[in-house]
Amino acid sequence: MHTETKDHAELATVFNKDEARVDWHDETLWWIRQKRDKAVNHLPEWELLRETASQIKDNVLSNLAGYLVQFEENAQRNGIVVHWAADAAEHNNIVLGLLHSKGITKMVKSKSMLTEECHLNESLENNGIEVIDSDLGERIVQLAKEPPSHIVLPCIHKKKEEIGDLFHLHLGTPAGNADPQFLTETARQHLRETFLTRRAALTGVNFAVAETGEFVVCTNEGNADMGAHLADIHIASMGIEKIIPKRKNLGVFLRLLTRSATGQPITTYSSHFSKPREGTEIHIIIVDNGRSKQLGREDFRNSLKCIRCGACMNTCPVYRRSGGHSYHNAISGPIGAILAPNLDMEKYADLPFASTLCGSCSNVCPVKIDIHQQLYKWRQVIVQNGYAPAGKKAAMKLMSLTLSSPAAYHMGGKAGRFVMKYAPFAVNNKLNPWYKQRDMPEPPKESFGEWYAKNRKA
Amino acid sequence: MVRKKQESMSTAREQILNAVRANQPDLKALPEVIIPADNIELQDKFTETLTTIGGKVIKANGYDDVIAYIKSITNTGHRIISSITELSEVISASEASPLPHSLQDTELAIIKAHFGVAENGAVWITENLLSQRVLPFICQHLIVILNADDLVANMHQAYEKIGDEHYGYGTFIAGPSKTADIEQSLVLGAHGSRSMTIFLISLPLD
Ligand code: SF4
Repeated sequence: MHTETKDHAELATVFNKDEARVDWHDETLWWIRQKRDKAVNHLPEWELLRETASQIKDNVLSNLAGYLVQFEENAQRNGIVVHWAADAAEHNNIVLGLLHSKGITKMVKSKSMLTEECHLNESLENNGIEVIDSDLGERIVQLAKEPPSHIVLPCIHKKKEEIGDLFHLHLGTPAGNADPQFLTETARQHLRETFLTRRAALTGVNFAVAETGEFVVCTNEGNADMGAHLADIHIASMGIEKIIPKRKNLGVFLRLLTRSATGQPITTYSSHFSKPREGTEIHIIIVDNGRSKQLGREDFRNSLKCIRCGACMNTCPVYRRSGGHSYHNAISGPIGAILAPNLDMEKYADLPFASTLCGSCSNVCPVKIDIHQQLYKWRQVIVQNGYAPAGKKAAMKLMSLTLSSPAAYHMGGKAGRFVMKYAPFAVNNKLNPWYKQRDMPEPPKESFGEWYAKNRKA
Repeated sequence: MVRKKQESMSTAREQILNAVRANQPDLKALPEVIIPADNIELQDKFTETLTTIGGKVIKANGYDDVIAYIKSITNTGHRIISSITELSEVISASEASPLPHSLQDTELAIIKAHFGVAENGAVWITENLLSQRVLPFICQHLIVILNADDLVANMHQAYEKIGDEHYGYGTFIAGPSKTADIEQSLVLGAHGSRSMTIFLISLPLD
């Protein structure tokens, strides 16, 4: 699953073999983006909310150590056990240690992108622990032995017929039944059994409140609550950036999160865990795994404001037509392309190039991360460090020449339009990884430079 | 062995906090949140929003209406769980069990909520209103009793109302559990309740 160096353009080629599926994927995500727009347009204060959220996160990042300690103190006072993990391996070991100490070999898990990032399931399975993902989309990709392709919609790349086949194989549904209602009901029955019999449940954390020591988990399905309220031990994994200062700040973030994600006004369940229920335990694992390093990168630290709503993916023309798996990272899409190179610049050198820099991601981001600008900056850092993906090196030399000389820029534009008009196949060739499987748009009759020269006197 | 583990844990803690302290930027102030609430008709807005997300709102004058409704939708064999004494007529007799798992065959649960939020159809519930935290999730169907006056416009007002109250567990519930993970087809009844009906009661409840 996670093997040798991969390349976004190559992986996108695989996804692009089935053009009808690409169109469907593209349209589905755009439809979700439109639902987001509808929800957002209902709120005249939307921009004020985004700005406020962004400033709250600025404050969080500037006092993160203080808030982490405050959160730890308050959580402990509430009877929650707090653990710290510097990296993925430490996180996975803490989970394993907790399960071992209770003699537990089976765990149910709700959605947590952090555990995907840490490859927790693989790690536990190698140690003889069975993990069942309980979010329907995650259960589906787990049965398919694939990683999620989207942070909010884990199996958005799958057709219902494929899901029907998986359920037939693993859950014994009749062959050929691909009715979403029927398949969901089957999963409900199957997972209910799981919830009732697991003594350990792991959940993610959407927000952790420094002031109170409570943490909030949001789901539509109710799977996090079903797991946590029936288990003896509830383990909650969170990145250090999930902290918010005050309980009332939740008002801002809960208004933004789901409207941005799916266009709903709020998730069905927004559960606040403050104390373990009697006779049971809650453990929180606070994970760094590269985040403190990203905090030190001035140009990229804003990426830590992310609340994982997925809006930047739904709107991204590259994501929609290349699919989440082409990013070969737990978090895909524009935000994944900023977070991944921080962890391994060489392995993920290709990702910041998987963008048109159109800026649509930055426009929808509920916490106002300057996503496309960070992508652009990563390109420069990556090239300076000598990690440019091979296919892009030659093209980029030409580009830096063009962009550094106004004359060459104007020539390049004219020549480009000439080529695209008379020889589009020359652009759409193998040397240009961008234009694989893409027909070039019709070139404008005159460039902005020409238009401006003609019109500025008028 | 145990000692060593503890040591390495505190090392991770110091390591993380030191790295964060070294890398965090200069302090920026926490903004005050000043977002005006719309001047809206709360009951209408709440009803409209909850209906859009798959819930149902019934306006009633008291518990008699609730009892009549429960009788109309349940059969004698159904297990009905509630700690609201006014509903004792329709509640199933059950021996108290400390295990939340014992609620797994609950057909209908009826609970109270502290207040509702008009902008998103959510109701706020804390564990003192629940015999078990799992109750509103494990039941097949959920009924929530809400005083019609206990509505706020938006989430900022909601948290103002919650203030610094202490609770072990609290949750906003907005409609029935749902998923759209299979080709974005909306299906109600994922893992939690298949339906959510809210009784907005105009007489004061105590
Ligand atoms: S970067 Fe912004 S838009 Fe993208 S997932 Fe994070 S919060 Fe959402």
